[in-house]
Amino acid sequence: MANEFYIYLSILTPLIAFFTTPLLSSNPNLRDSLGPIGGIITFYSSFNIASLYLDGEVLSFTFFQISETLSISFKITGLGVIFGLVASGLWILASIYTIGYMRGNKEKNQTRFFTFYSIAIFAAICIAYSGNLLTLFIFYEVLTFSTYPLVAHKQNEEAKKAGRIYMGILVGTSIVFLLPAIIIVWVLTGSLDFSTNGILKGNISYEHVPFLLALFAFGIGKAALMPFHKWLPAAMVAPTPVSALLHAVAVVKAGVFSMLVVITYVFGIDFLTETNGAVWLIWISSITLLLSSCIAITKDDLKARLAYSTISQLSYIVLGGAIATNIAVQGASIHIVMHAVGKITLFFAAGAIYVATHLSKISDLNGMGKSMPLTFVAFFIGSLSIIGVPPMGGSWSKFYLMLGSVEKDYLLVIYILAISTLLNVYYLLEIPAKAFFQQKRTNIQVTKHPLTVYPTFFAAILTIILFIYIEPLKDITNLIFGN
Amino acid sequence: MMPFIIKNLPILIVITPLMFSLIVAVLNNNRLAWTLSTFASFLTMIFTIFLCFEVSYKSNISYYLGNWPPPLGIEYVIDRISIIPIMIVSVIGLIATLFAHNFFTLEIDEKLVSKTYSLWLLTIAGLIGLITTADAFNLFVFLEISSLSAVALVALGSKVDRKALVAGYNYLILGAVGATFYVIGVGLLYGVTGTLNMGDLAQKIPALGLNKSVIVAFTFMMLGIMVKAAVFPLHIWLPNAYAYAPSPVSVLLAATATKVSIYIIVRISYTIFGSSYEIYSFESLRYILLYLAILAMFAGTIMAIFEKDVKKLLAHSSVAQIGYIVLGISLATSPGIASSFIHLINHALIKAGLFMSIVAMGYYTLKRIDVKTIAGLGRQLPITFFSFVICALSLAGLPLTVGFISKLYLIKAAYMSEGIWLPFLILVSSALSLIYIWKLIEGLWYSKKSLKIEKIRELPEIYLPLLVITFLNIYFGIDAGLIIDNSFIASDALMSGIR
Repeated sequence: MANEFYIYLSILTPLIAFFTTPLLSSNPNLRDSLGPIGGIITFYSSFNIASLYLDGEVLSFTFFQISETLSISFKITGLGVIFGLVASGLWILASIYTIGYMRGNKEKNQTRFFTFYSIAIFAAICIAYSGNLLTLFIFYEVLTFSTYPLVAHKQNEEAKKAGRIYMGILVGTSIVFLLPAIIIVWVLTGSLDFSTNGILKGNISYEHVPFLLALFAFGIGKAALMPFHKWLPAAMVAPTPVSALLHAVAVVKAGVFSMLVVITYVFGIDFLTETNGAVWLIWISSITLLLSSCIAITKDDLKARLAYSTISQLSYIVLGGAIATNIAVQGASIHIVMHAVGKITLFFAAGAIYVATHLSKISDLNGMGKSMPLTFVAFFIGSLSIIGVPPMGGSWSKFYLMLGSVEKDYLLVIYILAISTLLNVYYLLEIPAKAFFQQKRTNIQVTKHPLTVYPTFFAAILTIILFIYIEPLKDITNLIFGN
Repeated sequence: MMPFIIKNLPILIVITPLMFSLIVAVLNNNRLAWTLSTFASFLTMIFTIFLCFEVSYKSNISYYLGNWPPPLGIEYVIDRISIIPIMIVSVIGLIATLFAHNFFTLEIDEKLVSKTYSLWLLTIAGLIGLITTADAFNLFVFLEISSLSAVALVALGSKVDRKALVAGYNYLILGAVGATFYVIGVGLLYGVTGTLNMGDLAQKIPALGLNKSVIVAFTFMMLGIMVKAAVFPLHIWLPNAYAYAPSPVSVLLAATATKVSIYIIVRISYTIFGSSYEIYSFESLRYILLYLAILAMFAGTIMAIFEKDVKKLLAHSSVAQIGYIVLGISLATSPGIASSFIHLINHALIKAGLFMSIVAMGYYTLKRIDVKTIAGLGRQLPITFFSFVICALSLAGLPLTVGFISKLYLIKAAYMSEGIWLPFLILVSSALSLIYIWKLIEGLWYSKKSLKIEKIRELPEIYLPLLVITFLNIYFGIDAGLIIDNSFIASDALMSGIR
């Protein structure tokens, strides 16, 4: 019982922050300190949950029993531990950064912003520790709705339109595809609980597996599989801390996390290998991966380029799940962490540049490296991690993904991964290269806010730390996949 | 005293609002009229709660009116099935009465207000009577009581907009046609069986075999009630009636009137004719209902998307929601009917909340609650807007609201009996419903306000009913066991033919 306390603590902390933020609107300093404090508490409890998981303890509790087979319940799974650590750990960084951004940029409605920021983290943590598909679905939707006010924060026509695309795709796919998929699982197996080796084996005929998987893959719109990826670039109208939250921490990671959970705990990796039900998904995710990299090259807007880069990186994770060998899925789950840290660095840097100079076009960044050296170095390191160059964390996950595809003899997949890496090099490294080596065109006033620069640099260093201290992460994933 | 009350509960829930409606009619003080009406509906709800305990923990109640035993006398039956709509009517009745006062004083001539309350209580009495009675002809009587008083209530909206008279007239004519169809059916049945008691009818009909009068009677009765229940395409009276009625009347009718008629459809098809389905090939009728339900889902939703008048928009959405409920019935399986009952309850909560919050915002625009006239009001009325958003998301069926529970069980039932295509259609239509919901939320939140009224403020008088409904929408979305269990008990009882 005492150990379950940590689950309560990690779930309740962001919820308490959600309820207390509006009350403290008259005292901005106190209000803004809720984020970092909450982040530290949540991370502390997530850390304890992770070590308990490594000790082999099974933590679970049922919040509410709706009917015999339906319940809102939480259970610690290996994948959940990883996602919980990512969401809570990066919340600390993001909340510090957000203070700098919002103040440096003098945004309006800051209280509302921080309120919904905490509820989004709450939803992400609940998704991480959910014990069955119903709980996962409920908080998946809570996450969508809580991030809407963040996306449409500026409340102008553009934000309204983007908000429509955002909600339309995410809610639409989840209602039309994800919900029936969950109900089909419920009817077939009589249960929605996650189980280590999947629950579908023996309950579904082989030829129906790809269709059910398709309902899940397209229903989880947050994983941004083409053709349901448009919400991600559309959501770029949001302030940059939101983009960081959406594209590195909470939303997209909740999407790919749900994908991996469905693949490992609902279908079961062995069952998918046995039925070959996921082969089509390999090709869909490969296409998404390549196409979005190509689109990213054409984008001159920094955040739009990062958005398409995110779509492509998410497909790495889905691809790992679709290859459906233990090593590939292990790589995919490590990539959740690596991409989160790498991408949050890039978004932080983009926001720091915007706060300091109000520039958002890549072509305007020529020669800016001298005025903002720390930020651009951080951007450079983050890019290397996304590309997968040692000694950055991103190299590990790519290594495992390649290993997985070799194991299954998917040679074409290896070529696709290689081509995509080249494209990554091209469209990401172009930015620091321009900043450091080209001449400045005009004089631009630079007014940095320290709280935007230091978290960015710290995140960049984190990518290097994660390369060296990969062991705990490996232990967790080994425990999940029994390697 | 107490045993006497317990013994006579089935008639007390009908008599209480009926008697009070007579008292209220002669009063001159509007506030007193409202207080008495609230008291009457509160009393009715207390009696209903007693009944609930009686039925749940003891047994079904069969009450002989004036101690005349059936088949000659009129029998009232309260069982696990009928207690559900009774509960809906009495709870929503109380909440709507609490809500009504501000709006009636504003929207209706001062002299008519106490009469309005009288009609109001009469409608509630009629609706409860419809549910409790087990006599086919007595049902017709209550049908007329409730719909005539409802027509008058709708027409009272004429002070705000003269179109209410036309809407009321349409409602009257179509309602009368429906009631006449019903009574023709009852007459035919009486001709061949010589009885009007439902239980008795159920026993005598199978013995008649393939009797043409029975088939015709069934058709007439079903068609008549389908008009009342606004099953597509017999729904044309509904949008205008809801839109032009005085605001509280829209709340009451939208949440209860059609629900009761749907309950009667279930009763006719399962209790009276239930045991002889196969002889009258319910299979084919089942499919007619199924296709009508699907049409209703899409037609209602699409009409709502293009509608600008907000009350009418909600009325169109009601047509679509009635489609969901009828769909569950048409599956003719126990989970299907259970899902219908679940949605019957949940939709009453959702629509009452939506109408209450939207007319509360329309309190300032009065004449027509247009998407444009309420633009931007959400920011000025945060509490009302909050209730509206919760109920609207519940209508769209998002998790942690009652709408989600309904959808979950409806889709499960549909998938179990028809395969994947039917759930898919249901979900597409519910995804489409997001469009009009979003249009309203966006309109209320974003647009610059077009209204030139200076004193826009919240109405604290309506906080109690509004927030109670909002709370129920969330509470039963999480602790849904009560609704789900009782719906399944009711549907099992229906399917096994026990009355």
